[in-house]
Amino acid sequence: MSALHPTPHPKERRIIFENISKPGYAADIDTYIANGGYESLKKAVTMKPSEIIDAVKAANLRGRGGAGFPCGTKWSFIKYDDGKPHYIVVNGDESEPGTFKDRYILHQDPHQLIEGLAISAFATNTRLAYIYIRCEFPHAAKIVWKAIQEAKARGFIGKNLLGSGFDLDIYVHQGAGAYICGEETALLESLEGKRAYPRIKPPYFPAVLGLYMKPTIVNNVETLCHVKHILRIGAAEYARMGTPGDGGTRTMCVSGDVMRPGIYEFPCGAVTIRELIFDVCGGLKPGRTLKAVIPGGSSAKIMRAGEVYKIKGKGPDGTMVDKDLPMLDVVMDASTLQSVGTMMGSAGVMVLDDSRDMVWALNNLNQFYAHESCGQCTPCREGSLWMSKMTTRMLDGGGRDKDPKTLQDIANNIAGRTICAFGEACSWPTQSFLAKFPEEFEKAARS
Amino acid sequence: MRREEKQRNHGMTEMKTRQVEQMTPEFEADVEELISHYPVSKRSASLPLLHHWQNHFGFVDDTGIEWIAAKLDLTPINILELLTFYPWFRREAAGKTIIRVCRTLACAMAGSYDVKEKFCEAVGLDPHVEHHGFGSAPPTTPDGKFSVEFVECLACCGSAPVALIGDDLVENIKPSDVPAIVKNLK
Repeated sequence: MSALHPTPHPKERRIIFENISKPGYAADIDTYIANGGYESLKKAVTMKPSEIIDAVKAANLRGRGGAGFPCGTKWSFIKYDDGKPHYIVVNGDESEPGTFKDRYILHQDPHQLIEGLAISAFATNTRLAYIYIRCEFPHAAKIVWKAIQEAKARGFIGKNLLGSGFDLDIYVHQGAGAYICGEETALLESLEGKRAYPRIKPPYFPAVLGLYMKPTIVNNVETLCHVKHILRIGAAEYARMGTPGDGGTRTMCVSGDVMRPGIYEFPCGAVTIRELIFDVCGGLKPGRTLKAVIPGGSSAKIMRAGEVYKIKGKGPDGTMVDKDLPMLDVVMDASTLQSVGTMMGSAGVMVLDDSRDMVWALNNLNQFYAHESCGQCTPCREGSLWMSKMTTRMLDGGGRDKDPKTLQDIANNIAGRTICAFGEACSWPTQSFLAKFPEEFEKAARS
Repeated sequence: MRREEKQRNHGMTEMKTRQVEQMTPEFEADVEELISHYPVSKRSASLPLLHHWQNHFGFVDDTGIEWIAAKLDLTPINILELLTFYPWFRREAAGKTIIRVCRTLACAMAGSYDVKEKFCEAVGLDPHVEHHGFGSAPPTTPDGKFSVEFVECLACCGSAPVALIGDDLVENIKPSDVPAIVKNLK
């Protein structure tokens, strides 16, 4: 299991992945300590909890799970001394197609996660935490559980950790093959032993009512790992690595039609799509040209090669003017991708070349969403299946003239009409594929 | 037709096995350990106990549903509804080795449909039989050695196509590799 290339690209800066696939590095605690492990936690227990949260805020750390919510702000929703039990649940359900970063952390560097988790628990007065790992990572569950026991035996977690008077218990909880468990309230229901039906909002944040209806933080695996590095290198320096709104580094997962797919780590905002595909990932396969990029996991709206986006930017005299931004020059960061109508999401970048049929590709994703809809809300349960059946029929030569319009209508009637963001996640591919590649859908409709 | 028959045979009262009678003291000790991981609510141990049961017995029969429910102070429907919701769980025996080929986009682009077909051929299954879930086992060879199914994204898209064989991930599978992979499993 090595999707990380031995020599980092000059644009890369590996912090989270520093020890991944490193010769001689193992998942045990001695290796971790020999590589400077648990020093950040030692520092954390000498700090005031509010200082830790302030550091995470100053570092501009955004969640790395997909929504990109500012991590320090999320933590500050928890009132330290409200007399209620608090919980932290780590989202290691990693199941957004195109995303495969947390897998390497969980399998190869579990103590990095445990250290980040212990720091966040100390900062938010949390005594019980769960690491929710999808059951398709059976080895990871064992590796992380062993790491928890090692950390407990050395006093980094458990009773009176590092002599701080603070107690923390961590357990591993395995999922059971349902994508919807990546949605944080579905994940909590699943952890409570129920069907993973997302909860009705508001409240919007589990920090209000979370696990067992108590204040809870749900953070992605990678997000918590960053916390350790913020304390290690200092919030200001960490923030400086990234962009003004998005501090530090972020991992990216590249798959599909490139020469060197795999995992990479860059300072936030450091690469454009052109650099990522043609330089870092070695370009496309021989004789192929770029057709499309899905920049942030399968739910992110697709971008068509050759598109030119109109964005607002500062002109030479300092006033705001419309600027042309060619697709390949789009910077891979949250705000730029949002300004061109898609999203950074989980940074699962899927590259499609000119050999790909877009009806086929959309059908593959539609089948995924039809399979994974939890079935709670009618528009999503029915609509995702309808979309999947239609694209399958179009591929099988049974296209009808009205199909593109009907597909569009179905997608438009799911997004915004469901309890959770799965409604958007399953509509955006259909909406964007139709908008960006209308000629392919019209052709399939006539077949 | 096939699916209707299957669903009929899945009525809770028609099952013939009594797994609960094969339970060992070690199994029960592991159950107590798992429950202790959830000091706030025993119900949280539902999924862990289902995993434990399925790992031990191969699937979860009615006696398992009833036993787990009783253990956690729940009613059987609280457990049955998990078995029919979460694709990982099943109410009938699958093959000793389950081959789960990833179906989703990056793997499909890298040839996972061919790979899955080759796995079916190599173990002697009809590649066109679909697996409908809801607690049913994936297509399984008559000798009970292998099951082959498509699963959704296994989160390893950088080395597509991939399959989870038993507990082990196999990456960058070429259709031509499949006979040798299966031979090593036998």
